[in-house]
Amino acid sequence: MNEEIMPKKAPLSLQIDLKKFEKATDEEKIQQDVMTESTSFFRDGMRRLMRNPLAVMSLILLAAIIIVILVAPMIVPYGYEEMLSINGKRDKGAKNLAPFTYSEAEQRYIDQGNSRFPHIFGTDEQCRDYFIRVIYGARVSLSVGFFASIIVLIIGLIYGSISGYIGGRTDLIMMRIVDIIYSLPDMLMVILLSVVLQEILHFKSGSALAALGTNMVSLFIVFGLLYWVGMARLIRGQILSIKENDYVLAAKSIGAKSGHIIRKHILPNCLSVIIISTALQIPSAIFTESYLSFVGLGVQAPMPSLGSLANAARGGLQSYPYKLVFPALMICIIVLSLNLLGDGLRDAFDPKLKR
Amino acid sequence: MFRYVVKRVLLAIVTVFIICAITFFLMHAVPGGPFNREKALSQATIDALNARYNLDKPLGTQFLLYLKGLAHGDFGVSLKNGREIKAIIGESFPISARLGLSAIAVALLLGTVFGSIAALTRNKLPDRVIIFFSTLFTAVPSFVLATLLLLVFCIRLGLLPVWTTDSRSYILPVISLASYPMAYITRLSKTSMLDALSQDYIRTAKAKGVSKWKIIFKHALRNSLIPVITYAGPQIAYIITGSMVVETVFTIGGLGSKFVQSINNRDYTMIMATTIFLATLMVIANLICDLLYKVVDPRIQYD
Repeated sequence: MNEEIMPKKAPLSLQIDLKKFEKATDEEKIQQDVMTESTSFFRDGMRRLMRNPLAVMSLILLAAIIIVILVAPMIVPYGYEEMLSINGKRDKGAKNLAPFTYSEAEQRYIDQGNSRFPHIFGTDEQCRDYFIRVIYGARVSLSVGFFASIIVLIIGLIYGSISGYIGGRTDLIMMRIVDIIYSLPDMLMVILLSVVLQEILHFKSGSALAALGTNMVSLFIVFGLLYWVGMARLIRGQILSIKENDYVLAAKSIGAKSGHIIRKHILPNCLSVIIISTALQIPSAIFTESYLSFVGLGVQAPMPSLGSLANAARGGLQSYPYKLVFPALMICIIVLSLNLLGDGLRDAFDPKLKR
Repeated sequence: MFRYVVKRVLLAIVTVFIICAITFFLMHAVPGGPFNREKALSQATIDALNARYNLDKPLGTQFLLYLKGLAHGDFGVSLKNGREIKAIIGESFPISARLGLSAIAVALLLGTVFGSIAALTRNKLPDRVIIFFSTLFTAVPSFVLATLLLLVFCIRLGLLPVWTTDSRSYILPVISLASYPMAYITRLSKTSMLDALSQDYIRTAKAKGVSKWKIIFKHALRNSLIPVITYAGPQIAYIITGSMVVETVFTIGGLGSKFVQSINNRDYTMIMATTIFLATLMVIANLICDLLYKVVDPRIQYD
């Protein structure tokens, strides 16, 4: 504004006296410019995650594995429970083939000028292509890990947020229940429940649950019953500290409902903790599944899982060690990269570790 | 302190009771009686057997009778071979206990040693190597490691016997059982050692001119062991379940492999008894670790 057009100042008025101000120089104007974009918490964490070479490597490895297990069944012309056959005739010689070898019948078939897809990992004792079995095993193991973690997450989230938000007596009783479940020896209870559920559960054939098999369903039930307590404790602890914040008080004072406050204000703030512990839950679920397969309580044959494949391979170990090595290596790679990714996420998203 | 101990002991007793109840009622939810055979027994025989094993009484009474038996150390009779379960546990548990205790000792000892070395040589080669292997070993299932060790050392190289009562044959099972807890303890004790080394009292000791080794052993190591002790409790549970796998792979006749056998045979009384026995063991181990933790670190409040 110009000095001339300003009305004359009365002696006692509080009107601003423009003579006392001077214009900003260009240099001073530059100082006001925003040099970098403001980042959100999520973007900041992702940037830090991408700087961690181990985490990036495991992310790439996991992506590669997921692509392979999705694409391979479309390329490989064998089914996971299909016994090999040539022109509709069962190939009984294709038993326990070493990787990249053909049976005599297959060799003759190739010599006649036909092409035959190679057995990348060889075949098993029932003349089934081992590569596709390992691929399906990885599918099963990964989805068991993933869905078990989701079940744990949902139950833990609901239980923990109710207990932490309401507090008082409710919290005390709910946490006592958690304490008791927590002090139960989980693996023994898992075994016990799996044994019993397998005897009790019967599904109508053709239903979705029957396709999964009783063992898989009882595995999920077991996870839903026992493993959520850790998650519930974690979320309760987070909510107890977050609900003391002023913005929660502000939301309450303008009449926001409890559910709204939990969903909009509290949960987004404990998102990082939730993501990290879910990421670390997946490998532990895969381990549990492979353990149960070992004890004979895993997924039902002919459906393969990495654990049951590795366990079945122990029988012919001396002659066919590769049958143990492939699924075992797959478990190790998947678990290792999920662990490293989880560690990377924790370093990137946990503000307490920020340096 | 006293109130805390009483509270913890009471919680442990309640937990054991709940475990007994869950195990008992779950096992009785399985359809079919223990005397269902392919060859049908006469009704009179079944009635006599039911009366002999109290199966004709209501479920609640059966549970109380079962608890009474447990309190007297009577675990019942195995359904498959008719032997007293107490005798089976009595002969197989010492083997498992020896295996498990050696594994815990190895894991704790080597874990803290490796962890401390890693912390002291932070970001140098020994640290990198130790952390690489400990990360790797947390990703290998124990049955895979056990099987590979068995294949390489016993079958291919023939260096070690497969399983005899000779103490040399404990080497491989102990390694496979201890690898996972050892890897975990290494990582844990590295962080807690780093934490201890950055404390003020270490700087004070350095300023006073205390020798490097005295600082490490007397000031840093002792304080870094506290979190490791808390972790030893859950680790015992891991060792007990892990021993089922390792004993089966190495065909060791311990309680773990007996348990796996009874699962495969659907030997319900044996599953029930072993679960209760092992679970009680884990609860007691956890209780001892918790109490020990408070004794070792007087700074912790008893709430």
